[in-house]
Amino acid sequence: MKRIKVLVAKPGLDGHDRGAKVICRALKDAGMEVVYSGLEQTSEQIVSAAIQEDADVIGLSILSGAHRVILPSVTRMLKEKGITDVLVIVGGIIPTEDHEFLKRHGIAAIFGPGTPLKKAAEYIRENVNKDRILIEEK
Amino acid sequence: MDVQTLVDGLFKGDIISTTRLISLIENDFVKAQEIIRKIYPHTGNAHVIGITGPPGSGKSSLVNKLALTWRNRGKTIGIIAVDPSSPYSGGALLGDRIRMREISGVEGIFIRSMATRGSLGGLARATRDAINILDASGKDVVIVETVGAGQSEVEIMKVAQTIVMVLCPGLGDEIQAMKAGTMEIADIFAVNKSDKPEAMETVNDLERMLNYEGLDESKVGWMPLIVSTSSTANIGIEELVDKIEEHQGFLTSMTSEASHEKRAAMELVDTLITKIENEAIKKAKESPVYNELVKKIVEKKIDPYQAADIILRKYMTN
Repeated sequence: MKRIKVLVAKPGLDGHDRGAKVICRALKDAGMEVVYSGLEQTSEQIVSAAIQEDADVIGLSILSGAHRVILPSVTRMLKEKGITDVLVIVGGIIPTEDHEFLKRHGIAAIFGPGTPLKKAAEYIRENVNKDRILIEEK
Repeated sequence: MDVQTLVDGLFKGDIISTTRLISLIENDFVKAQEIIRKIYPHTGNAHVIGITGPPGSGKSSLVNKLALTWRNRGKTIGIIAVDPSSPYSGGALLGDRIRMREISGVEGIFIRSMATRGSLGGLARATRDAINILDASGKDVVIVETVGAGQSEVEIMKVAQTIVMVLCPGLGDEIQAMKAGTMEIADIFAVNKSDKPEAMETVNDLERMLNYEGLDESKVGWMPLIVSTSSTANIGIEELVDKIEEHQGFLTSMTSEASHEKRAAMELVDTLITKIENEAIKKAKESPVYNELVKKIVEKKIDPYQAADIILRKYMTN
Protein backbone atom coordinates (compact mmCIF):
# COMPACT_ATOMS: atom_id res chain seq x y z
CA MET A 1 0.00 0.00 0.00
CA LYS A 2 1.26 3.43 -0.83
CA ARG A 3 0.90 6.39 1.51
CA ILE A 4 -2.42 8.18 1.22
CA LYS A 5 -1.93 11.69 -0.19
CA VAL A 6 -4.39 14.37 0.88
CA LEU A 7 -4.76 17.89 -0.50
CA VAL A 8 -6.19 20.27 2.08
CA ALA A 9 -7.48 23.59 0.72
CA LYS A 10 -9.50 26.60 1.78
CA PRO A 11 -11.81 27.51 -1.07
CA GLY A 12 -13.01 31.04 -1.66
CA LEU A 13 -12.76 34.14 0.47
CA ASP A 14 -12.27 32.59 3.87
CA GLY A 15 -9.38 33.58 6.09
CA HIS A 16 -9.92 31.23 9.00
CA ASP A 17 -7.65 28.21 8.73
CA ARG A 18 -7.02 27.10 12.30
CA GLY A 19 -9.23 24.07 11.69
CA ALA A 20 -7.55 23.23 8.39
CA LYS A 21 -4.15 23.38 10.07
CA VAL A 22 -5.29 21.12 12.91
CA ILE A 23 -6.63 18.56 10.45
CA CYS A 24 -3.37 18.74 8.45
CA ARG A 25 -1.42 17.87 11.56
CA ALA A 26 -3.77 15.09 12.55
CA LEU A 27 -3.61 13.44 9.13
CA LYS A 28 0.18 13.77 9.10
CA ASP A 29 0.26 12.03 12.49
CA ALA A 30 -2.01 9.35 11.02
CA GLY A 31 0.74 8.59 8.49
CA MET A 32 -0.66 10.46 5.50
CA GLU A 33 1.17 12.84 3.19
CA VAL A 34 -0.72 16.09 3.46
CA VAL A 35 -0.34 18.99 1.05
CA TYR A 36 -1.73 22.23 2.43
CA SER A 37 -2.32 24.75 -0.33
CA GLY A 38 -3.37 27.64 1.85
CA LEU A 39 -6.07 30.27 1.86
CA GLU A 40 -8.34 31.82 -0.76
CA GLN A 41 -8.12 29.11 -3.40
CA THR A 42 -10.30 29.24 -6.48
CA SER A 43 -11.98 26.04 -7.67
CA GLU A 44 -9.61 26.03 -10.66
CA GLN A 45 -6.57 26.23 -8.37
CA ILE A 46 -7.84 23.42 -6.15
CA VAL A 47 -8.52 21.11 -9.08
CA SER A 48 -5.20 21.96 -10.71
CA ALA A 49 -3.32 21.30 -7.44
CA ALA A 50 -5.16 18.00 -6.91
CA ILE A 51 -4.13 16.86 -10.38
CA GLN A 52 -0.50 17.99 -10.11
CA GLU A 53 -0.15 16.37 -6.68
CA ASP A 54 -2.09 13.28 -7.79
CA ALA A 55 -3.98 13.52 -4.50
CA ASP A 56 -6.09 10.56 -3.39
CA VAL A 57 -8.26 12.77 -1.20
CA ILE A 58 -9.29 16.43 -1.30
CA GLY A 59 -10.22 17.95 2.04
CA LEU A 60 -11.98 21.30 1.76
CA SER A 61 -12.36 23.52 4.77
CA ILE A 62 -15.03 26.19 4.51
CA LEU A 63 -16.63 28.45 7.09
CA SER A 64 -17.74 31.33 4.91
CA GLY A 65 -21.23 30.17 3.97
CA ALA A 66 -20.43 29.94 0.26
CA HIS A 67 -20.39 26.13 0.30
CA ARG A 68 -23.51 25.70 -1.86
CA VAL A 69 -21.78 27.51 -4.72
CA ILE A 70 -18.10 26.77 -4.45
CA LEU A 71 -18.13 23.08 -3.44
CA PRO A 72 -20.25 21.89 -6.37
CA SER A 73 -18.00 23.91 -8.70
CA VAL A 74 -14.95 21.97 -7.45
CA THR A 75 -16.61 18.58 -7.96
CA ARG A 76 -17.96 19.62 -11.36
CA MET A 77 -14.51 20.71 -12.55
CA LEU A 78 -12.99 17.45 -11.32
CA LYS A 79 -15.55 15.54 -13.35
CA GLU A 80 -14.84 17.69 -16.41
CA LYS A 81 -11.14 16.81 -16.13
CA GLY A 82 -11.99 13.12 -15.91
CA ILE A 83 -11.02 12.78 -12.26
CA THR A 84 -13.57 10.40 -10.81
CA ASP A 85 -11.54 8.37 -8.31
CA VAL A 86 -10.69 11.09 -5.80
CA LEU A 87 -12.50 11.25 -2.46
CA VAL A 88 -13.79 14.77 -1.72
CA ILE A 89 -14.64 15.58 1.88
CA VAL A 90 -15.51 18.79 3.67
CA GLY A 91 -14.95 20.26 7.10
CA GLY A 92 -16.18 23.48 8.63
CA ILE A 93 -19.50 25.16 9.27
CA ILE A 94 -22.16 23.54 7.09
CA PRO A 95 -25.82 23.68 8.21
CA THR A 96 -27.32 20.20 8.35
CA GLU A 97 -30.06 21.13 5.89
CA ASP A 98 -27.35 21.56 3.21
CA HIS A 99 -25.72 18.14 3.74
CA GLU A 100 -28.06 16.30 1.40
CA PHE A 101 -27.54 18.90 -1.33
CA LEU A 102 -23.74 18.67 -1.09
CA LYS A 103 -23.77 14.88 -1.09
CA ARG A 104 -25.83 14.96 -4.27
CA HIS A 105 -23.02 17.10 -5.72
CA GLY A 106 -20.21 14.65 -5.06
CA ILE A 107 -19.15 15.51 -1.53
CA ALA A 108 -18.58 12.16 0.19
CA ALA A 109 -18.65 13.31 3.80
CA ILE A 110 -19.06 16.42 5.92
CA PHE A 111 -17.31 16.89 9.25
CA GLY A 112 -18.57 19.62 11.55
CA PRO A 113 -17.02 21.22 14.62
CA GLY A 114 -16.18 18.76 17.40
CA THR A 115 -15.44 15.82 15.10
CA PRO A 116 -12.79 13.67 16.79
CA LEU A 117 -9.58 13.85 14.71
CA LYS A 118 -9.32 10.08 14.67
CA LYS A 119 -12.73 9.80 13.09
CA ALA A 120 -11.67 11.90 10.08
CA ALA A 121 -8.50 9.83 9.58
CA GLU A 122 -10.44 6.56 9.89
CA TYR A 123 -13.07 7.73 7.44
CA ILE A 124 -10.38 8.53 4.87
CA ARG A 125 -8.66 5.18 5.34
CA GLU A 126 -11.91 3.28 4.92
CA ASN A 127 -13.27 5.25 1.98
CA VAL A 128 -10.27 6.22 -0.13
CA ASN A 129 -10.35 4.59 -3.56
CA LYS A 130 -8.54 1.31 -3.00
CA ASP A 131 -7.23 1.07 -6.57
CA ARG A 132 -5.37 4.32 -6.07
CA ILE A 133 -3.42 3.16 -3.05
CA LEU A 134 -2.88 -0.50 -3.83
CA ILE A 135 0.45 0.09 -5.57
CA GLU A 136 2.85 -1.99 -3.57
CA GLU A 137 5.56 0.20 -2.05
CA LYS A 138 8.95 -1.27 -2.79
CA MET B 1 -3.36 2.62 -17.42
CA ASP B 2 -0.19 0.93 -18.58
CA VAL B 3 3.19 2.62 -18.54
CA GLN B 4 3.47 2.99 -22.33
CA THR B 5 0.17 4.88 -22.57
CA LEU B 6 1.27 7.22 -19.80
CA VAL B 7 4.67 7.79 -21.41
CA ASP B 8 3.01 8.59 -24.74
CA GLY B 9 0.79 11.06 -22.89
CA LEU B 10 3.82 12.59 -21.19
CA PHE B 11 5.48 13.35 -24.52
CA LYS B 12 2.27 15.02 -25.69
CA GLY B 13 2.30 17.25 -22.61
CA ASP B 14 -0.68 15.56 -20.94
CA ILE B 15 -0.73 16.66 -17.30
CA ILE B 16 -2.59 13.63 -15.95
CA SER B 17 0.00 11.28 -17.50
CA THR B 18 2.79 13.39 -16.02
CA THR B 19 1.32 13.35 -12.54
CA ARG B 20 0.52 9.61 -12.60
CA LEU B 21 4.05 8.79 -13.77
CA ILE B 22 5.52 10.75 -10.86
CA SER B 23 3.29 8.78 -8.45
CA LEU B 24 4.48 5.52 -9.99
CA ILE B 25 8.16 6.39 -9.68
CA GLU B 26 7.54 7.43 -6.07
CA ASN B 27 5.71 4.28 -5.09
CA ASP B 28 6.74 1.43 -7.34
CA PHE B 29 10.45 0.81 -7.78
CA VAL B 30 9.93 -1.85 -10.45
CA LYS B 31 7.70 0.36 -12.61
CA ALA B 32 10.05 3.31 -11.97
CA GLN B 33 12.80 1.44 -13.80
CA GLU B 34 10.56 0.69 -16.75
CA ILE B 35 9.50 4.35 -16.95
CA ILE B 36 13.04 5.70 -16.79
CA ARG B 37 14.16 3.25 -19.47
CA LYS B 38 11.47 4.64 -21.79
CA ILE B 39 12.05 8.34 -21.12
CA TYR B 40 15.81 8.54 -20.52
CA PRO B 41 16.76 9.30 -24.15
CA HIS B 42 14.39 12.30 -23.98
CA THR B 43 16.02 13.90 -20.93
CA GLY B 44 18.84 16.39 -20.60
CA ASN B 45 17.16 19.41 -22.14
CA ALA B 46 15.86 21.24 -19.07
CA HIS B 47 17.96 23.57 -16.96
CA VAL B 48 17.72 22.05 -13.48
CA ILE B 49 18.04 24.55 -10.65
CA GLY B 50 18.40 23.58 -7.01
CA ILE B 51 17.05 25.94 -4.36
CA THR B 52 18.38 25.11 -0.92
CA GLY B 53 18.86 26.84 2.40
CA PRO B 54 17.76 26.73 6.04
CA PRO B 55 14.11 26.35 7.07
CA GLY B 56 12.29 29.67 6.99
CA SER B 57 14.82 31.46 4.82
CA GLY B 58 12.13 31.96 2.19
CA LYS B 59 12.89 29.27 -0.38
CA SER B 60 9.28 28.59 -1.40
CA SER B 61 8.37 32.28 -1.68
CA LEU B 62 11.44 32.84 -3.81
CA VAL B 63 10.59 29.84 -6.02
CA ASN B 64 7.15 31.38 -6.50
CA LYS B 65 8.71 34.63 -7.78
CA LEU B 66 11.36 32.89 -9.87
CA ALA B 67 8.77 30.73 -11.63
CA LEU B 68 6.58 33.76 -12.29
CA THR B 69 9.51 35.67 -13.78
CA TRP B 70 10.51 32.78 -16.02
CA ARG B 71 6.91 32.26 -17.11
CA ASN B 72 6.78 35.95 -18.10
CA ARG B 73 9.91 35.36 -20.12
CA GLY B 74 8.11 32.63 -22.01
CA LYS B 75 9.57 29.56 -20.32
CA THR B 76 7.67 26.55 -19.01
CA ILE B 77 8.53 25.48 -15.47
CA GLY B 78 8.36 22.31 -13.42
CA ILE B 79 8.77 22.55 -9.65
CA ILE B 80 9.51 19.76 -7.20
CA ALA B 81 9.18 20.90 -3.61
CA VAL B 82 10.51 18.49 -1.00
CA ASP B 83 9.50 18.50 2.67
CA PRO B 84 10.40 16.00 5.39
CA SER B 85 8.47 12.87 6.37
CA SER B 86 7.80 12.19 10.03
CA PRO B 87 10.20 9.65 11.54
CA TYR B 88 7.33 8.56 13.79
CA SER B 89 4.18 8.26 11.68
CA GLY B 90 5.74 8.31 8.21
CA GLY B 91 3.28 11.06 7.33
CA ALA B 92 4.28 14.49 6.11
CA LEU B 93 3.00 18.04 6.02
CA LEU B 94 3.93 19.42 2.62
CA GLY B 95 3.56 23.16 3.00
CA ASP B 96 5.51 24.69 0.14
CA ARG B 97 2.44 25.31 -1.98
CA ILE B 98 1.13 27.82 0.56
CA ARG B 99 3.84 30.24 -0.64
CA MET B 100 3.20 29.48 -4.29
CA ARG B 101 -0.38 30.66 -4.55
CA GLU B 102 0.50 33.20 -7.23
CA ILE B 103 1.63 30.46 -9.61
CA SER B 104 -0.90 27.82 -8.61
CA GLY B 105 -3.03 26.93 -11.63
CA VAL B 106 -0.95 29.04 -14.03
CA GLU B 107 -0.70 27.36 -17.43
CA GLY B 108 2.87 26.21 -18.13
CA ILE B 109 3.81 25.80 -14.46
CA PHE B 110 3.63 22.38 -12.80
CA ILE B 111 4.14 22.06 -9.03
CA ARG B 112 4.63 18.76 -7.25
CA SER B 113 5.20 18.34 -3.51
CA MET B 114 7.23 15.37 -2.39
CA ALA B 115 7.93 13.84 1.04
CA THR B 116 11.47 12.63 1.84
CA ARG B 117 10.28 9.21 3.12
CA GLY B 118 13.38 8.69 5.19
CA SER B 119 16.03 10.03 2.81
CA LEU B 120 18.45 12.30 4.62
CA GLY B 121 20.27 14.26 1.92
CA GLY B 122 17.61 16.95 1.53
CA LEU B 123 15.74 15.21 -1.29
CA ALA B 124 13.52 12.14 -1.70
CA ARG B 125 14.73 8.96 -3.38
CA ALA B 126 12.38 9.62 -6.27
CA THR B 127 13.38 13.27 -6.79
CA ARG B 128 15.94 12.58 -9.50
CA ASP B 129 13.49 10.42 -11.46
CA ALA B 130 10.77 13.06 -11.06
CA ILE B 131 13.17 15.65 -12.50
CA ASN B 132 13.69 13.34 -15.48
CA ILE B 133 9.94 13.08 -15.98
CA LEU B 134 9.43 16.86 -15.96
CA ASP B 135 12.47 17.24 -18.22
CA ALA B 136 11.08 14.68 -20.67
CA SER B 137 7.68 16.40 -20.59
CA GLY B 138 9.39 19.38 -22.21
CA LYS B 139 9.70 21.82 -19.32
CA ASP B 140 12.41 24.42 -20.03
CA VAL B 141 13.28 24.90 -16.38
CA VAL B 142 12.99 22.44 -13.51
CA ILE B 143 13.28 23.97 -10.04
CA VAL B 144 13.97 21.62 -7.15
CA GLU B 145 13.40 22.99 -3.67
CA THR B 146 15.14 20.93 -0.99
CA VAL B 147 13.91 20.42 2.55
CA GLY B 148 15.07 23.10 4.94
CA ALA B 149 18.78 22.34 4.79
CA GLY B 150 21.17 22.51 7.71
CA GLN B 151 24.82 21.95 7.06
CA SER B 152 25.12 18.66 5.25
CA GLU B 153 22.17 18.17 2.89
CA VAL B 154 24.22 18.24 -0.31
CA GLU B 155 22.37 15.65 -2.43
CA ILE B 156 21.04 18.52 -4.53
CA MET B 157 24.47 19.01 -6.11
CA LYS B 158 24.10 15.63 -7.78
CA VAL B 159 20.85 16.49 -9.54
CA ALA B 160 20.94 20.25 -10.19
CA GLN B 161 23.14 22.18 -12.58
CA THR B 162 22.85 25.52 -10.80
CA ILE B 163 22.55 25.73 -7.04
CA VAL B 164 21.08 28.74 -5.29
CA MET B 165 21.61 28.92 -1.56
CA VAL B 166 18.91 31.03 0.06
CA LEU B 167 20.04 32.74 3.25
CA CYS B 168 18.49 35.44 5.37
CA PRO B 169 19.73 37.81 8.05
CA GLY B 170 20.25 36.64 11.62
CA LEU B 171 21.38 33.07 11.08
CA GLY B 172 24.94 33.29 12.34
CA ASP B 173 28.31 34.94 11.95
CA GLU B 174 31.06 34.53 9.39
CA ILE B 175 32.33 31.28 10.91
CA GLN B 176 29.01 29.69 9.96
CA ALA B 177 29.58 30.97 6.43
CA MET B 178 33.05 29.39 6.29
CA LYS B 179 32.03 25.88 7.25
CA ALA B 180 32.09 22.92 4.92
CA GLY B 181 28.93 21.39 3.52
CA THR B 182 25.95 23.19 2.08
CA MET B 183 27.75 26.57 2.02
CA GLU B 184 30.35 25.16 -0.34
CA ILE B 185 28.02 23.91 -3.05
CA ALA B 186 26.33 27.22 -3.92
CA ASP B 187 26.83 28.81 -7.31
CA ILE B 188 24.73 31.77 -6.26
CA PHE B 189 23.83 33.07 -2.81
CA ALA B 190 20.46 34.77 -2.50
CA VAL B 191 20.41 36.90 0.63
CA ASN B 192 16.67 36.93 1.07
CA LYS B 193 14.53 39.22 3.24
CA SER B 194 16.93 41.96 2.16
CA ASP B 195 14.35 44.58 3.08
CA LYS B 196 15.52 44.00 6.66
CA PRO B 197 18.36 46.32 7.69
CA GLU B 198 20.51 43.47 9.09
CA ALA B 199 20.72 41.92 5.63
CA MET B 200 23.77 44.04 4.82
CA GLU B 201 25.76 42.22 7.52
CA THR B 202 24.91 38.86 5.98
CA VAL B 203 26.07 40.13 2.59
CA ASN B 204 29.31 41.41 4.16
CA ASP B 205 29.99 38.08 5.88
CA LEU B 206 29.46 36.25 2.62
CA GLU B 207 31.67 38.65 0.69
CA ARG B 208 34.48 38.14 3.18
CA MET B 209 34.02 34.38 2.90
CA LEU B 210 34.10 34.42 -0.88
CA ASN B 211 36.96 36.90 -1.18
CA TYR B 212 39.56 34.25 -0.55
CA GLU B 213 41.76 32.44 -2.99
CA GLY B 214 41.25 28.92 -1.77
CA LEU B 215 42.96 25.67 -2.46
CA ASP B 216 39.89 23.86 -3.72
CA GLU B 217 40.27 23.52 -7.45
CA SER B 218 36.95 21.80 -8.09
CA LYS B 219 35.10 25.06 -8.74
CA VAL B 220 37.50 26.66 -11.19
CA GLY B 221 36.10 29.36 -13.43
CA TRP B 222 32.98 30.38 -11.51
CA MET B 223 33.08 32.71 -8.54
CA PRO B 224 29.87 32.34 -6.50
CA LEU B 225 27.69 35.43 -6.80
CA ILE B 226 25.65 37.20 -4.16
CA VAL B 227 22.23 38.63 -4.96
CA SER B 228 20.10 40.49 -2.42
CA THR B 229 16.46 39.50 -2.75
CA SER B 230 13.10 40.00 -1.11
CA SER B 231 10.07 38.06 -2.30
CA THR B 232 7.60 40.21 -0.39
CA ALA B 233 9.09 43.55 -1.54
CA ASN B 234 9.90 42.18 -5.00
CA ILE B 235 13.59 43.09 -4.81
CA GLY B 236 16.34 41.40 -6.84
CA ILE B 237 14.14 38.74 -8.46
CA GLU B 238 14.89 39.71 -12.08
CA GLU B 239 18.57 40.00 -11.17
CA LEU B 240 18.57 36.53 -9.61
CA VAL B 241 16.99 35.04 -12.72
CA ASP B 242 19.61 36.83 -14.85
CA LYS B 243 22.44 35.43 -12.72
CA ILE B 244 21.03 31.90 -12.88
CA GLU B 245 20.89 32.20 -16.67
CA GLU B 246 24.43 33.59 -16.65
CA HIS B 247 25.53 30.48 -14.77
CA GLN B 248 23.76 28.31 -17.31
CA GLY B 249 25.71 30.09 -20.06
CA PHE B 250 28.91 29.47 -18.14
CA LEU B 251 28.07 25.77 -17.81
CA THR B 252 27.38 25.46 -21.52
CA SER B 253 30.76 26.99 -22.30
CA MET B 254 32.52 24.78 -19.76
CA THR B 255 30.89 21.39 -20.15
CA SER B 256 33.13 18.74 -21.50
CA GLU B 257 32.97 15.03 -22.03
CA ALA B 258 34.70 14.67 -18.65
CA SER B 259 32.06 16.60 -16.73
CA HIS B 260 29.24 14.62 -18.36
CA GLU B 261 31.01 11.39 -17.47
CA LYS B 262 31.53 12.52 -13.89
CA ARG B 263 27.81 13.20 -13.50
CA ALA B 264 26.83 9.95 -15.19
CA ALA B 265 29.20 8.01 -12.92
CA MET B 266 27.63 9.63 -9.87
CA GLU B 267 24.17 8.65 -11.13
CA LEU B 268 25.32 5.09 -11.75
CA VAL B 269 26.81 4.72 -8.27
CA ASP B 270 23.66 6.12 -6.61
CA THR B 271 21.48 3.77 -8.59
CA LEU B 272 23.71 0.82 -7.71
CA ILE B 273 23.47 1.67 -4.03
CA THR B 274 19.67 1.85 -4.20
CA LYS B 275 19.41 -1.44 -6.07
CA ILE B 276 21.87 -3.29 -3.85
CA GLU B 277 20.21 -1.93 -0.73
CA ASN B 278 16.72 -2.92 -1.91
CA GLU B 279 17.84 -6.36 -2.97
CA ALA B 280 19.95 -7.02 0.11
CA ILE B 281 17.23 -6.03 2.55
CA LYS B 282 14.61 -8.04 0.66
CA LYS B 283 16.79 -11.15 0.62
CA ALA B 284 17.81 -10.72 4.24
CA LYS B 285 14.21 -10.47 5.42
CA GLU B 286 13.22 -13.49 3.35
CA SER B 287 16.08 -15.58 4.70
CA PRO B 288 15.14 -18.16 7.33
CA VAL B 289 17.74 -16.91 9.80
CA TYR B 290 16.63 -13.27 9.87
CA ASN B 291 14.26 -13.42 12.82
CA GLU B 292 16.57 -15.69 14.72
CA LEU B 293 19.48 -13.28 14.23
CA VAL B 294 17.37 -10.37 15.45
CA LYS B 295 16.61 -12.34 18.64
CA LYS B 296 20.28 -13.14 19.12
CA ILE B 297 21.19 -9.46 18.82
CA VAL B 298 18.63 -8.62 21.49
CA GLU B 299 20.12 -11.29 23.75
CA LYS B 300 23.63 -9.89 23.03
CA LYS B 301 24.76 -13.31 21.84
CA ILE B 302 25.85 -11.75 18.60
CA ASP B 303 26.52 -8.19 17.41
CA PRO B 304 24.89 -6.55 14.36
CA TYR B 305 28.12 -6.73 12.30
CA GLN B 306 28.41 -10.48 12.80
CA ALA B 307 24.73 -10.96 12.01
CA ALA B 308 25.06 -8.92 8.80
CA ASP B 309 28.09 -10.99 7.78
CA ILE B 310 26.17 -14.24 8.25
CA ILE B 311 23.38 -13.00 5.99
CA LEU B 312 25.82 -11.64 3.40
CA ARG B 313 27.89 -14.86 3.25
CA LYS B 314 24.96 -17.24 3.16
CA TYR B 315 22.33 -15.48 1.08
CA MET B 316 23.94 -12.83 -1.07
CA THR B 317 26.53 -14.77 -2.98
CA ASN B 318 25.45 -15.07 -6.57
